[in-house]
Amino acid sequence: MYQYDTLDKEFLADRAAEFKEQVQRRLAGEITEDQFKALRLRNGLYLQLHAYMLRVAIPYGSLNAVQLRKLADIGRRYDKGYGHFTTRTNLQFHWIKLRETPAILEELATVDLHAIQTSGNCIRNVTSDPYAGATAEEIDDPRVWSEAIRQWSMLHPEFSHLPRKFKFAVTASPKDRTAARVHDIGLVVRRARDGTMGFEVIVGGGMGRTPYVGPTIREFLPANRLFSYLDAVLRVYNRHGRRDNSYKARIKILVAALGADEFRRQVEEEWEKVGPGADMPDTEIARIRAAFAPKAFDTLVNRSEAFETAKAADPAFARFARNNLKPHKRPGYTIVEISLKGIGDTPGDATSDQMDVVADLGERYGQNDIRVTHEQNLVLPHVKLDDAPAVFAALAAAGLATPNINLITDIIACPGLDYCALANARAIPIAQDIAHRFADQDRAELVGELKIKISGCINACGHHHVGHIGILGVDKKGEEFYQLTLGGSGAEDAEVGKMLGPALPADRVTDAIDTIVEVYLRERAEGERFLDTFRRTGVAPFKEAVYAEAH
Amino acid sequence: MPKLIRIEGGQFVSADDPFTHVADDEGLPPGDVIISLTRFSSEGDTLISQGRAVGVRIEPDEEVEALAYDLPKVAVVAVAFPKYRDGRGFSTAHLLRARFGFKGEVRAVGEVLREEANFLTRCGCDSFEPADGSSPAQWAHAANRHRHVYQRAADGRTPAFTERAES
Repeated sequence: MYQYDTLDKEFLADRAAEFKEQVQRRLAGEITEDQFKALRLRNGLYLQLHAYMLRVAIPYGSLNAVQLRKLADIGRRYDKGYGHFTTRTNLQFHWIKLRETPAILEELATVDLHAIQTSGNCIRNVTSDPYAGATAEEIDDPRVWSEAIRQWSMLHPEFSHLPRKFKFAVTASPKDRTAARVHDIGLVVRRARDGTMGFEVIVGGGMGRTPYVGPTIREFLPANRLFSYLDAVLRVYNRHGRRDNSYKARIKILVAALGADEFRRQVEEEWEKVGPGADMPDTEIARIRAAFAPKAFDTLVNRSEAFETAKAADPAFARFARNNLKPHKRPGYTIVEISLKGIGDTPGDATSDQMDVVADLGERYGQNDIRVTHEQNLVLPHVKLDDAPAVFAALAAAGLATPNINLITDIIACPGLDYCALANARAIPIAQDIAHRFADQDRAELVGELKIKISGCINACGHHHVGHIGILGVDKKGEEFYQLTLGGSGAEDAEVGKMLGPALPADRVTDAIDTIVEVYLRERAEGERFLDTFRRTGVAPFKEAVYAEAH
Repeated sequence: MPKLIRIEGGQFVSADDPFTHVADDEGLPPGDVIISLTRFSSEGDTLISQGRAVGVRIEPDEEVEALAYDLPKVAVVAVAFPKYRDGRGFSTAHLLRARFGFKGEVRAVGEVLREEANFLTRCGCDSFEPADGSSPAQWAHAANRHRHVYQRAADGRTPAFTERAES
């Protein structure tokens, strides 16, 4: 893992001190709430329905045990004993006091954490592959490039007041676990036939009220030209993105308005002028790369007797292994995905005690490496199969062994009306209700991979557009209704879901999901996921079944 | 005399402002003036030939490229930030310094707050008309409080990767 050096640490300390002063000026009445708002937002501090919310950055979703314990500790001392992991792989505390935030930031800085650029119209936290460094699929470690982007974007003077927020995803696997095609910039590491490393550059994807799958504006950008190219893209956006209407200010609107070809032409023209002088030196990339050099893995065989014995003895462990363990690149190792979607839980929430458990497991069994996924789960990327039974037992004792990764109860949900000032409808109770309906694991496994994503408003923090089943909360004359979309995907086969029909009242949603699942089970061909069946049959059979029952 | 803060020899100091901002529909006072890009294209040469120093104000939606050819004749480019959250002026200032090699004064005008001191100076602004009544000492504090910067910018500060390579 990347370790912050003195320079990184001094940077965080300076930033924490700066914000402390700004808070003091606010508390002393020297600046108005309106002036302060922009300052606090730039530091991840929101004023929500009930309290301040602090969004802590977790760069490319990567944590070590000390950092996770610190987050647990802050949750315990300054919040209500928990935190909420988001689709940006950040951690939010929802019950924060303004006067305590400087102290929190100082404490975070002691473990190399911060809240810089977790909000505001700037370059936000980078999303990357939670399996980075552990999956055999990847052709490079995407964290190398994510860390380089983190540095380049930190208080970037020219790009700190963009028309709107700006989000990067970096992946290097054919299987995309970052939703790269629905980001402002998605970078997919590619290797040319001659072995040269580069990126496919996707610009202008996004969700919100105008969802787009981003077009590829460059099939292959040589890796050593990344930063001059990013300069060019960001400069074109900064100068020409709309600023008259915040709903139309994201780069996706500019790309769509110009057309991908014209946008590409402008970027390439600008890139010519920027020149290679703006690129990050190879020496710095090499330094970052060295920090991510693989830890020494033990030489093991593929088959672990301890693992096989435990599976045979304990059906619960066998089920966990089937659903939550993923193949590792090294023999005898596995990737453990920890679901934060226990039946009845708030998706993405973890208590401080649970965070401590995961930190301990990461330290003891997982090379001190813990990841956050954009689907609001946690990952221990490097666990020996031999140790998997012990990890499972500890997770189960902490209520963290729900064996539902990628199943129908592994639901993304934004905080919705329960916490968020923007929301029109609740998201959490809907997620909980669906999870209860499909609590029978046998049935959930029979259904197989099915991604439900719920947003409490059109801003789409719950990624509903790219859910296999998407659920969008809308307000109709003071009543909460839910709009269903089917067939979305945020993965490598990204697509925006199609509207099923008129919005449903809250108490009809779970029945509708049940009906959709039944139609799928009836219609599916051998080996087809829900998404595949939907793509083959189209919306008609689902629509018919859901609205026939509604009448 | 309007309050002006400028960087002189690396220090933030209060300075007298010899320039008068003149709107397009205003008559011209004597002396040095800052005028719009539109007015500059029609009257700039005349004013310069009268021996005045002339500054040009660039609005966020105007392209600084339009001024590129005339930059050697221009004493000040006033980069307008009608709202401090409108960051187009940062690109304007950056291009003036890094692309067009402009050596004259680059002045931030409009809603210019000390909170932006770091970004403004890094993009190449070297004078400021603060809208928040802030002092040169406060500007110096705000602009210099970060010991390190991560990127190259128009101010030529040594970025982190170079610091590391040299240490």
